Amino acid sequence: MTENVWIGGVRPAAPDLPELMGRVALGDQQAFTAVFEAVSGPVLGLVRTVLRDSAQSEEVAQEVLVEVWRTAARYQPSRGSVMTWVLTLAHRRAVDRVRSEQAASNREKRVALLEHTAAYDEVVEQVEGRLEREQVRRCLRGLTELQRQSVTLAYYRGLTYREVAELLSVPLGTVKARMRDGLIRLRDCLGVGV
Amino acid sequence: MNAVDPHTLTGAYALDALDSEEHEAVRRHLAECPSCAQEVLEFAETVARLGAAVAVPTPATLRSGVLERIATVRQEPPPTTRAARIRNGRRGFHRWSHWALAACIAAAAGLGGVAVRQHGLAEDARQETARARQANDAVAEVLAAPDARVSTSRIDGGAVGTVVVSASLDRAVFAASGMAPPPPGKVYQLWYDDGGAMRSAGLMDVGATAGATLLEGPVDGASGVGVTVEPAGGSPSPTSAPVALLALPTA
Repeated sequence: MTENVWIGGVRPAAPDLPELMGRVALGDQQAFTAVFEAVSGPVLGLVRTVLRDSAQSEEVAQEVLVEVWRTAARYQPSRGSVMTWVLTLAHRRAVDRVRSEQAASNREKRVALLEHTAAYDEVVEQVEGRLEREQVRRCLRGLTELQRQSVTLAYYRGLTYREVAELLSVPLGTVKARMRDGLIRLRDCLGVGV
Repeated sequence: MNAVDPHTLTGAYALDALDSEEHEAVRRHLAECPSCAQEVLEFAETVARLGAAVAVPTPATLRSGVLERIATVRQEPPPTTRAARIRNGRRGFHRWSHWALAACIAAAAGLGGVAVRQHGLAEDARQETARARQANDAVAEVLAAPDARVSTSRIDGGAVGTVVVSASLDRAVFAASGMAPPPPGKVYQLWYDDGGAMRSAGLMDVGATAGATLLEGPVDGASGVGVTVEPAGGSPSPTSAPVALLALPTA
């Protein structure tokens, strides 16, 4: 096999993550270390974005990464990239944590939390400021205001669509629809194919 | 929840923006709706890009914390038993996985052969059955021990070797799948690795190349298990390079 010539810049390290995951599923700790290096930064970043609590974030990120080890045999390459599989786990764990805390606190606190979150422009800006990838930022800007708010409040803040609807004072059906058509537009802009 | 068309919820589903009841309803719907399932896969890939975009540097504490923990966390077995696992739910998983593993390995170890022989009339066959069953019981005991730990790795020729060790029983079981039979006149011999010194742990049963073998003798702090090809009857110490060398999972 001839090697492709890489033009310009540092050649990105591209470990074969699906192959590594196959080895992780067989108990290969070295392979896991390589997967860890590839996914731990995104996992921690996403968890921290949703939880906004540094100490808890590291704890949740650790749980997620250990779960990657424990359930590695469940990963199926035909159903998407390793990064997606791991970040799906991470997002669910983070959201579970946020919601269990909300359930534990009383309704008043929850409303206060939502009102606090109401500065959604700030939320989006703050998140956008951390977006490293110009493409993601550009594609988010390509959404309508309501699509962007619906997607980012749900994904980066862990709100349910009901909470998003309440927060933005729009009907439930509208939020559901904006989440879906927002993701369709993002998908096409990012050129995602599975 | 009122009757909501799951088609319209794929976006909220991919964003984890549904309550758990709705999430489950959509998840069930995906099994029957390939186009919805495909859309969800694409949305998952899309939102993962949003996730990857907020990556932060990994602190050393996270790295060391995770790498230390995985050394002692047992992995789920491969997904042949996934459907049953989902039905059993999360709570029962730990106990269940033991039995699943025990069942898989015991089946491979030739319990089927035992069952056939049980119907045989000859007394010697009956005795052999009893012996085989005792061996299988011992194997099953290790596999089902609450502190059983599993280590798996690829071995020569594409086979996969698994060692299950129980610290409380101080015994270990070796199982291989896809291992070629030993050359004619040779046997596979098992060894405990005592820090580089090999201690014989018995011979693998002929025909047990797809099954499980209880290692002879206590683990006694051995760091690994090796398999070599030896002349029939075995050797006091290895006479060839190991075809498999597995680190024993640490307790």
